[in-house]
Amino acid sequence: MKEFGRYMIFLGSLVVRRETFITYYRLVIDECMQIGVKSISLFVLVSTFIGAVTTVQTAFNLVTPLVPRYVISQVVREMTVLELAPTIMAIIFAGKIGSSMAGGLGTMRITEQIDALEVMGINSSSYLVLPKIVASMMMYPLLVIVAGVCSMIGGYLVGTLTGILTPTEYIMGIRSIFNDYTITFALIKSVVFAFLIASISCFKGYYTQGGALEVGIASTDAVTSSVIAVLLADYFLANLLLSS
Amino acid sequence: MIKIKNISKSFNEKSVLRNISGEFDKGKTNLIIGSSGTGKSVLLKCIVGLLHPDTGYAFYDLRNFTDADKDVKSEIRREIGMLFQGGALFDSKNVEENVMFPLDILTKMPYAEKLDRVNFCLKRVGLENVNKKMASEISGGMKKRVGIARAIVNNPNYLFCDEPNSGLDPQTSILIDELISEITHEFNITTIIVTHDMNSVLGIGEKIMFLHKGDKLWEGSNEDITHSGVKELDDFVFINKVMRSLKGTKLV
Repeated sequence: MKEFGRYMIFLGSLVVRRETFITYYRLVIDECMQIGVKSISLFVLVSTFIGAVTTVQTAFNLVTPLVPRYVISQVVREMTVLELAPTIMAIIFAGKIGSSMAGGLGTMRITEQIDALEVMGINSSSYLVLPKIVASMMMYPLLVIVAGVCSMIGGYLVGTLTGILTPTEYIMGIRSIFNDYTITFALIKSVVFAFLIASISCFKGYYTQGGALEVGIASTDAVTSSVIAVLLADYFLANLLLSS
Repeated sequence: MIKIKNISKSFNEKSVLRNISGEFDKGKTNLIIGSSGTGKSVLLKCIVGLLHPDTGYAFYDLRNFTDADKDVKSEIRREIGMLFQGGALFDSKNVEENVMFPLDILTKMPYAEKLDRVNFCLKRVGLENVNKKMASEISGGMKKRVGIARAIVNNPNYLFCDEPNSGLDPQTSILIDELISEITHEFNITTIIVTHDMNSVLGIGEKIMFLHKGDKLWEGSNEDITHSGVKELDDFVFINKVMRSLKGTKLV
């Protein structure tokens, strides 16, 4: 509870004694480059293979001829939109971006760069952390959309090239009984996950004390805590937004 | 002038500073000296507000900094320049961007004017044609110089230096000391240096405060330090044979 209280105070400190809008604008653009553009190749690679593997495994489990083949791509679509794109990618996001944020801030802390900002009269938490959180909340939903599309393309390529189902069947499955609310749900989840990963990772990094060993521990803690928070939030959001 | 009054600080019930009071004069290089672990850096951090003292106050030209509200603190902090032990340069920025950073954040100067000021400060610390080098590409001594340039770029009234000589060879240490001393006199600022380097003490210590195990035991100048009559200070000053052979003589 003490740690949670510190986290809430930390979040409160982000919005007091702010710098000018133009300062934040530049920082957010820089962070978007770091978070979004430099992560896209990993997201494309992972999501394409997840889509491909989901297609193969679903086909493997569909042993009865009574179920039409297009159900395979329907399963791929539902799994991708509801869980694989926002949640599995969040775990990858925590591993790549979250650990980088915690490590970067931890290093700044132990090398007194954060103290240097404070001495200049700058609210270091707001200056360093707020742009990371905003950029994450802007870029992660876009990465989830890219991941969703790539996953379905991966499923299509493997499904059609290996003869599991025809292109027509795959497209038919993707389009049939589509509930567009699942997209809204996935995007809401992605914004919440991005906030949790960025804020928890920055919190862990910002309060690092000690040396290089502690920076490593902070990075590991950041990933562990972020993943737990994402999984808990996933459950609560599913209950809240899908229960009716 | 900076005045401190009854500053005490503890960590987990371990007392690190006990009732430290004193004055640091404007236009002078004021030194806080003592062995490692005596609370010098903690005192400096209490003065600049990076740590909040358990008791006591720091006054910047009669303005109470310790108990000031955030706006006043922010205003005073904009008059402060600080050189950190490791330089504390921002890794993601090059030398020019590091020195320009306080101007970017604290002023609305046009870019050309900022660049002129940055080049002036870099020239003042003896660094030219290194503007585009990254912080990781320069030596320890150069990092300290860039740190000094960044500390003075916004025309501070108060300059703080935390162990400016640590990790430097003796020759570079003396150059850094002389640079800080020259800047202090040239711009008439209040400078406080935390150090345990005897070369600094004897070379630039116009006003010295000696700390021992969290207590202030002595205050004076480098001219008086060799005949203070304080055993702990004598142990600190006459630590090696060369210094012991000079005991009783006037060194400065």
